[in-house]
Amino acid sequence: MPVPIWLYITFFVLIVIDGLYCVLATYNLLRILIGLEILIKAVSFFIIACGAAAGRLALAQSIVITVIVIEVVVVVIGAGAILGFFRRYDSMSVRNTREMKG
Amino acid sequence: MSVMTILLILLVLASLWTATTFLLLRAAIGLALTSVMLAIIMYDLGAGLAAVIELSVCAGLISVVFVSVISLTQRKPFSDYFERRASRLRRFWPLPVILFVVGIGLSLVSAPVTPAAAPATPQPDVRTFLWSTRQLDLFGQILILLSGVFGVLVLFKRNEKGGE
Repeated sequence: MPVPIWLYITFFVLIVIDGLYCVLATYNLLRILIGLEILIKAVSFFIIACGAAAGRLALAQSIVITVIVIEVVVVVIGAGAILGFFRRYDSMSVRNTREMKG
Repeated sequence: MSVMTILLILLVLASLWTATTFLLLRAAIGLALTSVMLAIIMYDLGAGLAAVIELSVCAGLISVVFVSVISLTQRKPFSDYFERRASRLRRFWPLPVILFVVGIGLSLVSAPVTPAAAPATPQPDVRTFLWSTRQLDLFGQILILLSGVFGVLVLFKRNEKGGE
């Protein structure tokens, strides 16, 4: 039985709300990065679901593989920046970013 | 209820646990669990190659990066563990309620969305898409990877003046 595309849209919206709430309701930089990861996963899921529904799965897969590569770079750079921030301020709170130069 | 619906519910529950759990290490494990669920869904939809890469890179490599950063930044146990936990509960209790209400609302609305018509000609394989149809963006991706490598070298390097 084919799964209706509205089901995919519903769960995509739920995961996006989850990721957005995780980003907005915390002060911890690492948790913000984790929320960003959840958002990227929602987008990856939706690309694959739409590709499967539209019969263009190969194109969707190639896009998702590109997204995953960029996701890894974002996480590694973000983790390094958070680590540097922690060494400087001994904290991972967003509130301390006000003291940064620039 | 189909298998896909159960998998999607498990995916949302895993991401919900990732967002709401108090300890960062549990959040990293929850993120890996979310990736595993997503990989299973991708495989079920027929995207085997993307599922394998999601499983190996997102559930494996990114989890290692998160656990490394957590182990490098968590130096002392919390003295006010229960206060922090209660504060987090106060901030995050609306999230499951919001998800439940939005989920029920969207399932009741169920607007008729029809996907684009399937292509008449047979589509090439994913490997053909990855290596033959893309030209300029492949260079962009290589540049992004290189910037990631150089970023890691710059950000994780030790301080010459005796710092960490």
